[in-house]
Amino acid sequence: MSELAPDNDTAIIRVENLEHSYGAFKAVDGISFSVKRGEIFSFLGPNGAGKSTAINVLITLLAKQKGTATVDGYDVTNDPQKVRESIGIVFQDITLDRDMTVWEILEFHGRLYNMPREERKQRIDELLHLVQLDAKKDERTKNLSGGMKRRLEIARGLMTRPKVLFLDEPTIGLDPQTRMRMWEYIKGVNNEGTTIFLTTHYMDEADQLSDRISIIDQGKIIISGKPWELKNTLGQDLIYMETSDNEAAIRLLQDLPTVRDVKIKTKGFVLMVTEDGTKVLPIVIDTLRKAGIDSSTINLKKPSMDDVFVFYTGKELRDDPAGKTALPAMRAGGR
Amino acid sequence: MIPPGRLLYPRCGQGGDNMPMGFTTIYWRDMIRFVRFKTLLVSSLLQPALWLAFFGIAMSSNFDQLTAGIPVPPGVLTVNYLTFMGAGIIAMTTLFTSLFGGIVILFDKNWGLMREILASPMNRNHIIFGIGLSGVTKSFIQAIIIMVFGILIGAAFFAGFTAVEIIIGVAGILVFVAMFALGFLFLSAAIAITMESPEGLQGVVTLLTLPIFFCSNALYPIDAFPEFLKVLSIINPMTMLITGIRYFAIGPDFIAMGKHYQYTPSVILISYLGLMIFTVLMFALAWWRFKKAVVT
Repeated sequence: MSELAPDNDTAIIRVENLEHSYGAFKAVDGISFSVKRGEIFSFLGPNGAGKSTAINVLITLLAKQKGTATVDGYDVTNDPQKVRESIGIVFQDITLDRDMTVWEILEFHGRLYNMPREERKQRIDELLHLVQLDAKKDERTKNLSGGMKRRLEIARGLMTRPKVLFLDEPTIGLDPQTRMRMWEYIKGVNNEGTTIFLTTHYMDEADQLSDRISIIDQGKIIISGKPWELKNTLGQDLIYMETSDNEAAIRLLQDLPTVRDVKIKTKGFVLMVTEDGTKVLPIVIDTLRKAGIDSSTINLKKPSMDDVFVFYTGKELRDDPAGKTALPAMRAGGR
Repeated sequence: MIPPGRLLYPRCGQGGDNMPMGFTTIYWRDMIRFVRFKTLLVSSLLQPALWLAFFGIAMSSNFDQLTAGIPVPPGVLTVNYLTFMGAGIIAMTTLFTSLFGGIVILFDKNWGLMREILASPMNRNHIIFGIGLSGVTKSFIQAIIIMVFGILIGAAFFAGFTAVEIIIGVAGILVFVAMFALGFLFLSAAIAITMESPEGLQGVVTLLTLPIFFCSNALYPIDAFPEFLKVLSIINPMTMLITGIRYFAIGPDFIAMGKHYQYTPSVILISYLGLMIFTVLMFALAWWRFKKAVVT
């Protein structure tokens, strides 16, 4: 298997049963997934879930311990040079030399990858235009804002026209407006044909950007799919209720044909319904009224990526400002 | 979820290092930093001159008085202390500059470009060579400044040499300086890629410089040393470098501090071979540390 042909198949990254441990701690615990050519694929998970470890194995910075991993048809262990030539990387932390200029950062990268002089020159102009840093060409990177630094790093990642661009937490520490602009850049890059592999612990980021998502927690992939598919697994809508007798209400409602599952909360419960919630809600209220149960609070909403995450991992994302708007923790008992 | 694995067609292999000039990229970048930090640049050039000016002149005026009464064989060149220790100052400056030359690797590892470099297709040996080459460049500049400045304040470098002999002398000094600098730059790179913090590197480097500097013939003859120290001094790369510098800057036969120095070409050759062995060993050490290095 050491010599692999460039893959004609749609998968540009294939990972099977990948495991990675630091001492006794299993950071990546037997994950398998594949990324299709041309898509934006996300690893969504909390800090410490194993996302960065997995990405570091794929970009050949960490030696693979167990399992198989290929990028663009090349094995990360047997053909690391070829993998390195096929990919671009934006690291989680800023990795710029504070005292080099924007132009020098890109020029250095081009030289590092042995690009011919003319091509370097042309590509730098192109990329500075793409990430709108033309005017900052001779500015030292320490004078750039956080968003500009990130844009410069993305430009650097694209310098060699990689087939896959790896983005490890691309918008960490950026303000909301800058984050949204970064998403536009990333989508633009993807539209031009570059496959994107990104890790994030932001729900909205994964939801907005990705063609497909794998939710990863404690080194394992919990579930994978398109954002809408994942949200649909929770049912069409979520109805949150607080009533005068929650136990009796749940007993009654869980037998309704449109109710897929019920999650118990501190003060109330959540119904996951398989049909349009606005149509189910009158039936629910009717059923309760007939049994003499009063409802004090009712809230109808579409499942969000937060709900998906909380449902499948049984916990909320730590360190996530967006997570505060999520529903209170649900027990993942319905699986 | 996972497409089933399938057989892939074998591809014609094309391995090997296709970037023989990769180290020039590392060199280019390190030189940008060298000229960009103006204070560092000026201080690194001024420091050796200050050593020569203050320590050199002060010691010289004392030692020359003390050794004035020692009888010397007629017809042998006698040089003042400033000339004698000038060679030591060139060596000392090279030692300091080289041992700190790897620090950029540590900064890159913690805050900069090291991950980018390690994840690139470039062979890691080019990092070591690039750092080596830029360190040698810096040492050349410093050595030349010390020679010029030394002559200005009274060191008898190349005294009585013909123009051709001066060119050979300067070239010989630089060849010795280059080999010595490379050895300590490789050592510095090995330490830097291994250490976690700049403070740690500084500690190790300071610990190394003291015995290397004082256990050598930089400031005084080693003949009067206790036996144990003498052996250490003789195998000290610093001593080998200084022997080479004195041979090319003063000549094969001279008297300094009342001691008669006579260098045969074979002594010089052995000194150079000693430096080469040291440098090869240090490269092996750096190569091994870089191969092991994991930066994530």
